[in-house]
Amino acid sequence: MEYINLLFSEIYKILYVLIPVLVSVAMIVWLDRRIWAFVQKRRGPNVVGPFGLFQTLADALKYIFKEIIIPASSNKIIFILAPIVTMTLALIAWAVIPFSEDYVLADINVGILYIFAISSLGVYGIIMGGWASNSKYPFLGSIRSAAQMVSYEVSIGVIIINVLLCVGSLNLSDIVLAQEKIWFVIPLFPMFVIFFISSLAETNRPPFDLPEAEAELVAGYQTEYSGMMYAMFWLGEYANILLMCALGSILFLGGWLAPMDTPLFEMVPPPAWLILKILFLFVLFALIKAIVPRYRYDQLMRLGWKVFLPFSLIWVVLTSGYLLYFDLLPVY
Amino acid sequence: MNIIRIFKTVFLIDFLTGLLIAIKESFKPKKTLNYPFEKGKISPRYRGEHALRRYPNGEERCIACKLCEAVCPAQAITIESTEREDGSRKTTRYDIDMLKCIYCGLCEESCPVDAIVQGPNFEFATHTREELYYNKEKLLENGDRWENVLAANIKADNPYR
Repeated sequence: MEYINLLFSEIYKILYVLIPVLVSVAMIVWLDRRIWAFVQKRRGPNVVGPFGLFQTLADALKYIFKEIIIPASSNKIIFILAPIVTMTLALIAWAVIPFSEDYVLADINVGILYIFAISSLGVYGIIMGGWASNSKYPFLGSIRSAAQMVSYEVSIGVIIINVLLCVGSLNLSDIVLAQEKIWFVIPLFPMFVIFFISSLAETNRPPFDLPEAEAELVAGYQTEYSGMMYAMFWLGEYANILLMCALGSILFLGGWLAPMDTPLFEMVPPPAWLILKILFLFVLFALIKAIVPRYRYDQLMRLGWKVFLPFSLIWVVLTSGYLLYFDLLPVY
Repeated sequence: MNIIRIFKTVFLIDFLTGLLIAIKESFKPKKTLNYPFEKGKISPRYRGEHALRRYPNGEERCIACKLCEAVCPAQAITIESTEREDGSRKTTRYDIDMLKCIYCGLCEESCPVDAIVQGPNFEFATHTREELYYNKEKLLENGDRWENVLAANIKADNPYR
């Protein structure tokens, strides 16, 4: 009986995080299309529901009823597994994201490592999808994606080390609490910019959307997918974008903390602050999608390995030297 | 690389300018129409859905001269005719295959009595192909429905013909 109770309370807790995430993924797709349209002076989806808010739900419904086509020459098990892997990995990372001091599903001590591990695994979904399709464009797309995600993960890792040096803990709640005096975006501003650009590359967003560059690769690794399986890739992709925005706001923008300790700001519940910061970062993501042209592949690799990686490594040395010299190293 | 360019690259100047422009542009009025609720202006010469017109007394204009059938480059029009009791020649069959039609407007131009015209309606999509094989009844019905607009359009376009 106890086990069943425990099971149900855990499932309840998981749903308490998952359902808001899934709903906000749907809303964020709408917001993305809307902002994209606004920059180009179009209207964007505005028919289904108020302001077109239910457009994504209508799209999802359409995908559910569409036929799933599995290519005859594909590796069927891996082909079916790929979107499941992508979506699962994008969603389980949300387990450690703290929405407020006590609203966190799993308050584990290696939270940031866990997220890093999960987002590194994310590339497997894409490689599996591209390889199992047994077709040219998906294969090229997945190769590009693998190289791109691996390269930018390196610089993201080094940037996270910068933050961890200032915090002294891998726990995400501790990282947020360490920013009570000052958000890390101010002392580590260059790192924030590089983190932001790297997260664009990590989530295959423009200007780094080479894996699905429609002009040359049709739709990259998603080319052979249809119906619900395509929708799952899509959901996973946007859940990943949201996750990177959440990570950015937790590492640099003070997570659930209010900008100032004024009574007015304290009336707003802490999760709302996190959501606002995620939204701010996402609006930037969407604006950038509208304004930039796509990088060439060699430019992408040059930026990752020859600019971001050395720069963030130098910054690690600078940060640690500064902290050591002024004896500011955090003690836990 | 000169210094200004290095400065611009490092501080993402061009990128930030672009971002500002994007934000500014997104508040400007939209260039697109809210289509199903809001429609663009259509010229009186617009070549849309076909219609067969009648005279004000209800008699069909078409005299079955078959000029439109002859001129039609897609051969979408089929006409059969017979002589009536009063000696006039009228169509017994006037079919247009709207799927073959290329909407060139030659039928309208060739018609000596302004019987076959192309109206301003372009929203006649159907669920099946069969619904787009128009017969005489359908075309006359179109003509009755759009007569006001068709007459006004022909009048507006008259000086240029």
